[in-house]
Amino acid sequence: MPVNFAAPPAVDYVRFLPEIVLTAFAVILMVLEPLTAARAKRYMGRIALVGLSGALAGTAWAGLAGGYAFSGMIVVDGFASFFRVLCVSAGILVVLASLSYMRREDRESGEYYALILFSIAGQSMMVSANNLIFVFLGLEISSIASYVLAGFLRGSKLANESATKYFLLGSFATAFLLYGIALIYGSTGTLYLEEIRAALAATRPGLLAGAAASLMFVGFAFKFSAAPFQIWTPDVYQGAPAPVSAFLAAGPKAAAFAVFLRVFLTAFGPISARWEPIVWASALATMVVGNFAALTQTNVKRLLAYSSIAHAGYIMVAIVAHSVVGTAAVMFYLVAYVAMNVGAFAVVTYFSRKGERYVLIPDLAGLGVKQPVVAALFSIFLLSLIGVPLTAGFFGKFYVFRAALGANLVWLTILGLLNSAVSVYYYLRIMVVMYMHEPAEATEELPPLPFGIHAALWASAAATLVLGIFPSPVLDYAMRAANFFR
Amino acid sequence: MILLNVTLFLPLAGFLVLLFTPRDRTRLVRAAALGFAIAAFVCSVALLALYNRDEAGFQLVSNWPWIDTPAIRFHIGIDGLSVWLVLLTTLLTPIGILVSWRHISARVKEFFLFFLLMEFGLIGVFIALDLFLFYVFWELSLVPMYFLIGVWGHERRVYAAVKFFIYTTVGSLMMLAAIIYLYTRTGTFDYTALAGMIASGQLQFTGLQEALLFGGFFLAFAIKVPLFPLHTWLPDAHVEAPTAGSVMLASVMLKMGCYGLIRFCLPLFPRASRDFAPWIVALAITGIIYGALVALVQPNMKKLVAYTSVSHLGFVVLGVFTFTQYGLDGAVYQMLNHGISTGALFILVGYLYERKHSLEIADFGGVAGAAPWLATAFAVTSLASMGLPTLNNFVGEYLVLQGTALVSMEWVAFAAIGVILSAAYMLWLYQRVFYGDTPEAVRAHVGDMAPREWAAIVPLIVMMVWMGIYSTSFLPPISRTTSDILERTRVGVVFRVQNTQPAAEVADAR
Repeated sequence: MPVNFAAPPAVDYVRFLPEIVLTAFAVILMVLEPLTAARAKRYMGRIALVGLSGALAGTAWAGLAGGYAFSGMIVVDGFASFFRVLCVSAGILVVLASLSYMRREDRESGEYYALILFSIAGQSMMVSANNLIFVFLGLEISSIASYVLAGFLRGSKLANESATKYFLLGSFATAFLLYGIALIYGSTGTLYLEEIRAALAATRPGLLAGAAASLMFVGFAFKFSAAPFQIWTPDVYQGAPAPVSAFLAAGPKAAAFAVFLRVFLTAFGPISARWEPIVWASALATMVVGNFAALTQTNVKRLLAYSSIAHAGYIMVAIVAHSVVGTAAVMFYLVAYVAMNVGAFAVVTYFSRKGERYVLIPDLAGLGVKQPVVAALFSIFLLSLIGVPLTAGFFGKFYVFRAALGANLVWLTILGLLNSAVSVYYYLRIMVVMYMHEPAEATEELPPLPFGIHAALWASAAATLVLGIFPSPVLDYAMRAANFFR
Repeated sequence: MILLNVTLFLPLAGFLVLLFTPRDRTRLVRAAALGFAIAAFVCSVALLALYNRDEAGFQLVSNWPWIDTPAIRFHIGIDGLSVWLVLLTTLLTPIGILVSWRHISARVKEFFLFFLLMEFGLIGVFIALDLFLFYVFWELSLVPMYFLIGVWGHERRVYAAVKFFIYTTVGSLMMLAAIIYLYTRTGTFDYTALAGMIASGQLQFTGLQEALLFGGFFLAFAIKVPLFPLHTWLPDAHVEAPTAGSVMLASVMLKMGCYGLIRFCLPLFPRASRDFAPWIVALAITGIIYGALVALVQPNMKKLVAYTSVSHLGFVVLGVFTFTQYGLDGAVYQMLNHGISTGALFILVGYLYERKHSLEIADFGGVAGAAPWLATAFAVTSLASMGLPTLNNFVGEYLVLQGTALVSMEWVAFAAIGVILSAAYMLWLYQRVFYGDTPEAVRAHVGDMAPREWAAIVPLIVMMVWMGIYSTSFLPPISRTTSDILERTRVGVVFRVQNTQPAAEVADAR
């Protein structure tokens, strides 16, 4: 695409509207932060909610005016709009769950919500990027905000560990990505995805292209915690504030998968024979590591972290399938995954109490008697994570393995299904404790359910069940959106 | 058509009503649960009246789109096989509720909630004609049972519940893989369409493919049946489950496996079914004898009854894999018989447990003196269970053995050992629990049956006698369906049964 030095037309700004709205609201929050009295800080979360709703509307508008923008740096297609909506919706759920949490921990501030908005703006850029520089920008904006979020509770040692680890390893991974980008620029002379594709398809791609793809895979694999780059996940999720863990498990992961799909299916499509085996092996390793490590966890947050690794593995199975059906399966799975995971972390947010005292599995004993609604909703999320029919998780797995069998990946399918049989055990263990054990100290006195968490729980549960009974609308959209790249 | 849907969705409606009933109104909860269960039973009896016994094929079919891509349809219907299993489910659910009336005192609302949800799943399994829908119901029935065992069971309930869940899930995931593979090959989940394609030769597999697909389905069903050596979850689940849970588990849930074998394995994979039949029969016969021998030495009544299930269900599998009309008819009949007589046994053992809070045989003795009517009911039920003529099990076992005899006399000889042993363990159990002097501990605690308990057991005893004396009420529709299935298993198979009977008689028997 030729570089155009004239001022971009107005429609380009419309296509960039979600990012503009999110950044504007984040800036407003930052400006308001030093100007508001401590009592008024509780309105910050609501301002963030308004901003996110605005971004949702902006996404819709941008989606209606779809096309390239800023000299082809970004592309607003069905795929981008799908993930923008997903990331922003995940943000809304996380902000809802955060409202009471931040009050409880005496850390109410506009900063926190501003960081969430920045991070989502970055994710939104990632999913609509059509140029590797833009991919990198989005990834960095999203990541840097989330490094800070992970350590947001400055007083907590675990949070500090979490943030440091995430930052160091994250920067390292980003460097790999940048190396990959540099190599591909060196070998093809362009950073636009379609042009890279054309260049790679035209000549017999050399070693450089393969090296670039591998390096970029490392960078992305870190972001969606695929083995062997998953080591940071449990520590970071454990140390970060519970709503932030929910956030990390949802938006950044979905965006990383989206950008991975776009880059690898578009730019590296011609050399798919080189990277598919890598993803195959990594998918299997990710499922095995996630599921088997989760078996022995006693901390709910760590368990959910390992479970999120395992789910990344299932998603990668569909990527290996390398087909429209597979891409649609990834998209559907991520929606299901975000709904059930944010729901599960919202339960942890509610239950952990001040200072996150209660995050062990035995602490949940008797929750089924003491707080039946929360326990029932948590069970819905867990059943969905297992993949029991009539929940979103089931259709997610179903579409993933259908795509895999459609691509003749029989062994990966069988190993994946066996893995998901292993996962039954650790999810059930939580239900066993909630329903089949006598109430423990932690469940003796439970605080009333705050409105924000209530709303987040019900919204996630509704999404989990509705997608589990009527998956067609989302899947049909995903099929159409997945169809028009490649 | 509407009626079949009403029967299916009444329990779900009951589930939703109970969900919004206040938790402290336990009387209302029980009454509502019983009301919905009885309504579903009445509907299923009406179903029987609408069902045309002279037709094979599926009747009262509903076929609506559910999900567009992949094409999943809400396709349900009944034939001579499923109509009885639906009735069995709807008959035993209200009985299970009656049995739990006083027995369940903690978290009453949740118990009946799960009970009705389970009924929904079970009915769905038997009438689903779309493989995907079938899988959904199959898994759906699993979750409530997991909670029933895990929350309301005895001491080792958690272990038993988790074991039960994991065993069944592993099996059903392999079935899911097979189902998805069938879909990627054919583009449809519809059972009738798939069976048609296979019967017409339009859909053909290589030997390995068919063996793997058969294996996927078979593993799920064999675990559920349970076929020896996959039975080890069963004794744990039964012993730890509350009475009503054991009843539903033994009477209906195990039938899901048998039903799957007949409905899916045979017609969809006829060649693989035939090829593996000798091995499966060997396992079935091993199960018959092994189950009986282990039952013989159990000190725990519930465990004893659980192992008799392993033995009895071996007969069902044996009958199915003889590929004879007699064998299949007997297998289906034996499924119903086992549902009724073993259900009744679990109920009666539950009555004894409620009185003395023990399941150990050694803690009882002379119960006949303290509770003569209970003893009589138990006597009739054990006689039925051991296959006394004029009671139901005799008919089924006879048909299975007759069918087996057409294939191999050695198999009959081994299987008959199980019948003999069944008399031994039942009579010995009866003698130790009911005869002898009545110790004071027993006399003080064990009273005779209350009206509510009568109401739960009498329908089952009536059925035992009816099914034993006048099997013509039940068998003709079964035969019509099984002969159709048998016909489908003959696709491309050279008949190769060797026997010593006159050819004409054998042909007649088939």
